[in-house]
Amino acid sequence: MSDRRRMVVSKVGDLAVVKFSDRKIVDSANIEEMGEEMFSIVDKDKCKDVLLNFEGVEFMSSAALNKLILMDKRVKGAQGKLRLCNLRAEIMEVFTITRLNRVFDIKKTEADALKAFGL
Amino acid sequence: MSKPALGWCYQERIPSDLDVGHATIERLIAALEVNHWEGRDLFHIQLAIEEAMVNAITHGNKQSEDKVVEVEFRVDPQTTYLRIKDQGAGFDPDAVPDPRDDDHLECTNGRGVMLIRELMSEVHYNERGNEVTMIKRREKASESDAEHDSDSEES
Repeated sequence: MSDRRRMVVSKVGDLAVVKFSDRKIVDSANIEEMGEEMFSIVDKDKCKDVLLNFEGVEFMSSAALNKLILMDKRVKGAQGKLRLCNLRAEIMEVFTITRLNRVFDIKKTEADALKAFGL
Repeated sequence: MSKPALGWCYQERIPSDLDVGHATIERLIAALEVNHWEGRDLFHIQLAIEEAMVNAITHGNKQSEDKVVEVEFRVDPQTTYLRIKDQGAGFDPDAVPDPRDDDHLECTNGRGVMLIRELMSEVHYNERGNEVTMIKRREKASESDAEHDSDSEES
């Protein structure tokens, strides 16, 4: 997998598992970079199934949510599946308020998410 | 400008620069923590000010070097008052489509304005739409806990 600054990507079988480097995902330049690095998992590395593990992420703004929406569209376009896990309660509340919990498949733990991927 | 024992007040005109905006937010967060704001309430305020600041700098002032953002913060242990004013043309917050509607659920705009409304206790825009005032009152967890305790005793 390519070197990335905003995240670490590992493979579990054909699944790409993403862990984010930033505790707070707010800086505009970092969010842009985060988006490009996520999109390259599908576009460059040709991974269809992606798990975004938010362990350690304490805060994110709507600009970061927008990148997740665009990532979901990319993954769907590649006939893949995107899942999210390990969202802290406050961030989960944001997904609920925005109703984005209806767009994303969110699992509590990485183990739950891997199970949903059949792993 | 600052009354640490009774609360914290801050008023400044900052350049339309996101790094300066974030540094200003960090000062606010430090003041909130000193005033015992924590957990869910602190997260709500942090997200609301983040969205308002980014809106003012990028959408309002379009990051112009010629324009400033006026900020006013007042923090005490019970209430947080935040006012952000840019020098842009303003916008009509009621005209922003609700991103929670099924048709707009996957759109990538309007979510910040909606979050501010949902997360803060009171939100007001001026007529021109270039100034937002947000108030957060601390959730009265201790009172509801007390009612709960009282219910338990009765049962």
